[in-house]
Amino acid sequence: MRVEFTVNGEPRSADVEPRTLLVHFLREQCGLRAANIGCDTTSCGACTVLLDGESVKSCTVLVAQAAGQEVTTAEGLAPPGELHPVQRAFRAEHGLQCGFCTPGMVMASVSLLAENPHPTEQQVREGLEGNLCRCTGYHNIVRAVLTAAASDPAEVTA
Amino acid sequence: MEEARHLMSILGTRVLRTEDPRFLTTGGVYTEDVTDELLTGACHVFFVRSPVAHAQIGRIDTSAALGAPGVLAVYTGADLAGLPAIDVMMPGLLNERMRRRLLATGKVRFVGDPVAVVVTEHLYQGEDAVELVDVDYDPLPAVVDLDDALHGEVILFDEAGTNVVAEFGNEASLKPDLFDGCEAVVTATIINQRVAPAPMEARAAAAAWGEDGRLTAWIPNQGAQGTREDLAKLLGVEEAQVRVITPDVGGAFGAKFGADPEHAVVAWVARQLGRPARWTESRFENLIAMTHGRGQRHTITIGGSRDGDVQAYRLQIVQDGGAYPKIGAVLPFLTILMAVGPYQIPKAEAIGVSVVTNTTPVGAYRGAGRPEATAALERAFDLFAAEIGMDPAEVRRRNLLPPFTEPHQTAFGALYDSGDYAAALDKALDSAGYAELRAEQARRRASGDPHQLGIGVSCYVEITGGGDGGPPKENATVEVHPDGTATILTGTSPHGQGHSTAWAMIASEELGIPVENFTVRWGDTDLIPEGGGTGGSRSLQQGGAAVQQASRELIDVARERAAAALEASADDLRFNTDRAAFEVAGDPEASVRLADLAKEERLFVHTIFTAPGATFPFGTHVAVAEVDTQTGKATLRRVITVDDAGIVLNPLLAEGQRHGGIAQGAAQAFLEEVVYDADGNPLTASFADYPIVSATELPSFELASMETPTSYNPLGVKGIGEAGTIGATPAVQSAIVDAVGHLGVRHIDMPATPMRIWRAMQAANDGLEGA
Amino acid sequence: MIPASFDYVAADSTSDAIGLLAEHGDDAKVLAGGHSLLPMMKLRLAQPSVLIDIGRVFELAGITATADELIIGATTRHAALASSELVRADAPLLAHAASLVGDPQIRHRGTIGGSLAHADPAADLPMAVVALGGTLTLSGPSGSRQVPADEFFLGYFETALAEDELLTSVRVPRRPGVPWGYQKFVRRANDWAIVGAAAIAGRVALANMGPMPLRARAAEDALAGGASAAEAARLAAEGTSAPEDIHADRAYREHLARVLTERALEHRSSAAHAG
Repeated sequence: MRVEFTVNGEPRSADVEPRTLLVHFLREQCGLRAANIGCDTTSCGACTVLLDGESVKSCTVLVAQAAGQEVTTAEGLAPPGELHPVQRAFRAEHGLQCGFCTPGMVMASVSLLAENPHPTEQQVREGLEGNLCRCTGYHNIVRAVLTAAASDPAEVTA
Repeated sequence: MEEARHLMSILGTRVLRTEDPRFLTTGGVYTEDVTDELLTGACHVFFVRSPVAHAQIGRIDTSAALGAPGVLAVYTGADLAGLPAIDVMMPGLLNERMRRRLLATGKVRFVGDPVAVVVTEHLYQGEDAVELVDVDYDPLPAVVDLDDALHGEVILFDEAGTNVVAEFGNEASLKPDLFDGCEAVVTATIINQRVAPAPMEARAAAAAWGEDGRLTAWIPNQGAQGTREDLAKLLGVEEAQVRVITPDVGGAFGAKFGADPEHAVVAWVARQLGRPARWTESRFENLIAMTHGRGQRHTITIGGSRDGDVQAYRLQIVQDGGAYPKIGAVLPFLTILMAVGPYQIPKAEAIGVSVVTNTTPVGAYRGAGRPEATAALERAFDLFAAEIGMDPAEVRRRNLLPPFTEPHQTAFGALYDSGDYAAALDKALDSAGYAELRAEQARRRASGDPHQLGIGVSCYVEITGGGDGGPPKENATVEVHPDGTATILTGTSPHGQGHSTAWAMIASEELGIPVENFTVRWGDTDLIPEGGGTGGSRSLQQGGAAVQQASRELIDVARERAAAALEASADDLRFNTDRAAFEVAGDPEASVRLADLAKEERLFVHTIFTAPGATFPFGTHVAVAEVDTQTGKATLRRVITVDDAGIVLNPLLAEGQRHGGIAQGAAQAFLEEVVYDADGNPLTASFADYPIVSATELPSFELASMETPTSYNPLGVKGIGEAGTIGATPAVQSAIVDAVGHLGVRHIDMPATPMRIWRAMQAANDGLEGA
Repeated sequence: MIPASFDYVAADSTSDAIGLLAEHGDDAKVLAGGHSLLPMMKLRLAQPSVLIDIGRVFELAGITATADELIIGATTRHAALASSELVRADAPLLAHAASLVGDPQIRHRGTIGGSLAHADPAADLPMAVVALGGTLTLSGPSGSRQVPADEFFLGYFETALAEDELLTSVRVPRRPGVPWGYQKFVRRANDWAIVGAAAIAGRVALANMGPMPLRARAAEDALAGGASAAEAARLAAEGTSAPEDIHADRAYREHLARVLTERALEHRSSAAHAG
């Protein structure tokens, strides 16, 4: 089947089996491999991207369902060579180690801050309950999101 | 000769990671992401795995699978019969008659044991085809319980005739009079439960054979050199025929050392089909077929005087090795080595035995044998404290080894390099506000508050950077280029630890080249043929020390060139790190830049740093937990730690390691457990069922600083990677038990789930001892 | 990880969807948010040969109100329900339940219709709708019918939906200012409830105490007879058949049912992860 949608501002046309998951399309057809696959039960969030500005787990969205919508991946958050404020904050606070969960974590954080620009620590922790990390113990990830929240809200949304 | 150093040393500062920008934007390039000419047209490999824990393998019907769309081949154990069986590691220690084949042949021994492999053209065709492979299994009784493994009739390996993999001492060596004279003696049997390492990146492999007959394999691992060695052995080829490339690795925690059967099968398939092959395991496979961690049962006995002197301690270990012996079966050796931890205990004994069971093989997992030692010892101290009615922190203080700077050997043969355990205890208690916490606890107990407070304290010492049989060492190459940049080749293998930044810092300190001008490389056996990889918290103290040594030797080499270039005596030259140049003393105009000394002839040094031995970081963790006494649910409120791993090179990186370790350690105490039913069926084989800890279960951590240097390397550093895990598990378990201790509960096994806590409260209420 | 193959068709209206369901029968499944269905398909626990996507049937989305009821379209997402000012004012129990489903990403996609049709006895929205005494509108080729929530959930993942019927909307009574309580007991964020309890206006519903969300009728009767929250809650487990699993055995679930019911009756609401 044919599906048309936008990825990081570029129109895309997909000719895919109906069962194609958005995450595979992004990785294999678009070459956008920042989103990773970390589980098979919609638990880990490593595949998180934005669909019309809202965080979704791309492993549980069919390409077919994205028709006519805008997908934003970590690669598309900022112009090449630049860092989005959330990405900058993750670096400043050492919010990543092996990096596997990081793009998904960043996208989930962007969406979180879009909906709640000034979260408390507890709200950040709850807001990231859909994203698992094995390396950082979450401590610096939480600090990164709070740091990003303290910057200009207009810049922080995607 | 005095040097003109940086006005400010870069060592010890919070340098942001140079690795980060690409991880944050385009993402790391993990094995699944690798694109390479050699992998063009790669086929996809999928494993058919046993759904039963113990069975004879009967007929395997591959005909339906072979007819499925896109299927290129289906192979079974029979097809791989020409390959050698996998030798058991450390054959003198482990039972060598428990060998495994790349694909299970004759018998399957755990749910997940691979019996066949399906190869497809496209990714999406694989699972369809796997479903069509029809395997007849003739089930055998499953051995899951440790006592069944030890004493039952069902044997996993007929050729071994026993389920015992290894023994570490034996019961005959135990002295029946060990506890004579002790006024108080407590004994308990406790569980250090099996957990899943669960790195966010599961296992994977990509393999291609060149026309020259060489294999190039991309595998996420903790040391390319060790992986190459294993892979060559598994495939029955010479190491020189194998090149291993380590892409970015999405976490490992001890479970990605060497090569697994699956990696070798992928390489074999590629050779068989004459085209490159790729494999990525699913999370389900990862949770049942990647090695698990821990899995020890402890019988602990502790005795001493009623005024708090611990006089005797005994530890008896049964290690669950899983179905095929791997490093897990060896770990009791380390547990025993560290059995008495930071304490001076006049009499102590420790023995162990490892067995095979029809479960996933057990390997190394962050701490690998040492968390178990600390958890057992700390539980024993808490039980003793409760028995004699003394504050648990006070009992510990009374029994800690006094501070030492000269190496101290324990009765178990561990040579601790330096330590000040009481200072760590005091600092942690002070940071935690221990007295206020006890006061709050007392208030809540007096008022019968439904939310009770518990405080747990653990004191630990752990062993890092031990050698691989020989003296601990690592190699490094440092090269300065004419354009002023530099390259470091390291034998370590980072997977999140930040070596690119850390090694650049070390070399920058010596060479005056900015951190961002370094390229650090690892994990390609063609480029770096020797290396010990990253694990056991060895990297900084060996690999970092090697980088420093190479940098210093490079300055020595460069100095000779500079002397010639400046027509001066080497003795008259100083190296000015601010300018990265040699200057003639008293005549700064007469200078030559380091980079310029690389123009005519390459300027590089390869060196091997050898350490005198392992180092012993130590610390104290204090955990504060709240228990909802109506439901039994425990909430972790605070974790305060002192983790002294010597001098801190980069506090940002060190804190990150501590955070990650604390999270995994805490998770074992109250949340995570791999569960099997009595037939060996895994019940926690997804992230929905295996409760890997999330941000909502954890507080932010409170880290206090303490740096007791070691003399074992010029950096003064020990290993920090596993310390957090070792200290946190017992502290959190202790806090939870303490929260309901006033109700008569003395022990709750890990993980302290709400149901277990509630049951313990009920049992204590009923007058029985909570256990 | 990869679902078995299927054919995909997007419905462009409710009647179109109903027509497609009638055409394909039990070979077909309805796809809304896909966050109950797709996870099952990825594990191959469900293998429909046709998916009928109602995600773009706009008449099925949205929240409207009559004088007495809120009418929530079946494809209303959990996040929309949780943040709706109207629902938070007039049926806050429902908004709260929606805010606890899964995690933020799941809430951006999952729908109330999908969750109710999936009928997981441990889920939030089935329990919430039973507690509220909601009514579900089921539409088929011969028209629509109203089914009270109490009669909709028939068993483990089993509902009153006929093969050719579509759940099109959910109606709940408007009860602004009426006290309510909601308790969801989990070991870890993002888990389904080990046990859940929701209470409002003399009604008490339980999650994961049987094959479907249950009314704690003995507790309700006691309340109606003047019992206190504590006294009524002691009867919360009566008539239940709690499952046993690695998290909890029956006795512990029954204990939790009593504790959570008392808390719900005291109008206390838990975030999923607070103590």
